[in-house]
Amino acid sequence: MKRLRSVALALIAVFITAAELQPEARRSGYDFASPETRAMQDDDTANPGMLWVGQGETLWAKKAGAADKACADCHGDAQTSMKGVAARYPAFDAALRRPIDLEQRINRCRAERQKAEPLAWESAELLALTAFVAYQSRGMPIAVEDKPELRGARDLGAELFHRREGQLNLSCSQCHNENWGKRLAGNVIPQAHPTGYPLYRLEWQSLGSLQRRLRNCMTGVRAEPYEYGAPETVSLELYLMKRARGMPIETPAVRP
Amino acid sequence: MARVLINLPARAKRGQVIEIKTLIAHPMETGYRLDGKGAAIRRDIIKRFVCTYNGEEIFQAELFPAIAANPFIAFCTVATESGELVFSWTDDPGQTQTETRHIAVE
Amino acid sequence: MHPTRRWIVLATASAAFSRFALPADATQATMEEAIRALVGETEPQRGKVKLELPSIVENGNTVPLTVSVDSPMTEADHVVSIHIFDQKNPQPYVAAFKLGPRAGRAQVSTRIRLADSQQVMAIAQLADGSFWSDSADVIVTLAACTEL
Repeated sequence: MKRLRSVALALIAVFITAAELQPEARRSGYDFASPETRAMQDDDTANPGMLWVGQGETLWAKKAGAADKACADCHGDAQTSMKGVAARYPAFDAALRRPIDLEQRINRCRAERQKAEPLAWESAELLALTAFVAYQSRGMPIAVEDKPELRGARDLGAELFHRREGQLNLSCSQCHNENWGKRLAGNVIPQAHPTGYPLYRLEWQSLGSLQRRLRNCMTGVRAEPYEYGAPETVSLELYLMKRARGMPIETPAVRP
Repeated sequence: MARVLINLPARAKRGQVIEIKTLIAHPMETGYRLDGKGAAIRRDIIKRFVCTYNGEEIFQAELFPAIAANPFIAFCTVATESGELVFSWTDDPGQTQTETRHIAVE
Repeated sequence: MHPTRRWIVLATASAAFSRFALPADATQATMEEAIRALVGETEPQRGKVKLELPSIVENGNTVPLTVSVDSPMTEADHVVSIHIFDQKNPQPYVAAFKLGPRAGRAQVSTRIRLADSQQVMAIAQLADGSFWSDSADVIVTLAACTEL
């Protein structure tokens, strides 16, 4: 029975890897966007995402909470202290003993160091701070860690990515590994690499997080989306970042 | 105070035509969207944008709901003399936000 | 794609679209009325104006638009205003820009919303009272994976 099970697992592994993207075949969503959308991202003076980055820069220096501390009071100049940080998230939090994403990291700092209320998911302030921090890693390769402690979450993320879900019974893999480059309702299906988050999505007419986008995808296949901050969501983020390892951060990206 | 991004050269030659790019954070609520209960969400847009150069109006835009959220407006002006460019955005309720930038013209 | 699946995707896409209160009579006539109100009896001439829009748009929420007018922009000969009209949005007005000789170059860029595939028109009024126009036809597609 054990031998049958390991043969079955090996076959599944082969089946899954057959549909995987080859590292050299990976392309950013930027490559699938129209020239006009790309032009919007390329020009910092016209990229709407920069409105949030600028807001984040202001919030970075603003004192908050009962401790009356600003991010800057501990972290100094973000351009130095935050360089490369977003490229390594989601990261393992030793105290919580699980991976957390950048938004959760910011809120943990707020709660523990600033003694302030956490910022609500998708709130303007949280988006602004996340965008500002991620912006400091722009151009740097995604480098989420390979710790053994992260293995369980990564495997869960991989499983969720390949699992069919929703009334349309589609998996992430079917669109983003097997059908990227083809059209779905007027847009070209990208490979789903989270290189530019938080990003300005034209559909939202606002900056938004990776978690928001994942929820949209799930609604798109008529599945019940995971809650913000759910372990499934963070595991999926971790898997996606690992799948995109080495690709440069583009925050704030612009996408349709 | 909505977040604003204004881009123009800090210095220019007299007579040079410069391009000014402006972005302001605003949802530009059209008035045509329906909320969860089926009621129309009230229109709230920036309806006018004005730019003055040392007090003289050099550009004005009247905007309608068909202008995208976080309005981007780029226009040109001749760098005539050093001084102040004042940008103002007025919304439906009549509130105006103003930003000032300086230019050195030699 | 399986025919039933295609139907489901289209049906839900149009269900998403019906959350917008579009009046039934958003037609070419409204745009013509709006243009008539601007130009009066004069017929705008084709030329001098260049309206740049992508021919296929990734998302109708944000469509980059640039309009420029071939004009020396002198005191005697300049663009007074540029008006943008649309054909199928709930209303025909998009924007009206006031220029003048201080502009140096008659060129304005912005981002607009287009509710459907349609024609967009730009009409420039010159200092001598003449009207010049250009139009562009734009195909607008719906985004995939919207938030319902």
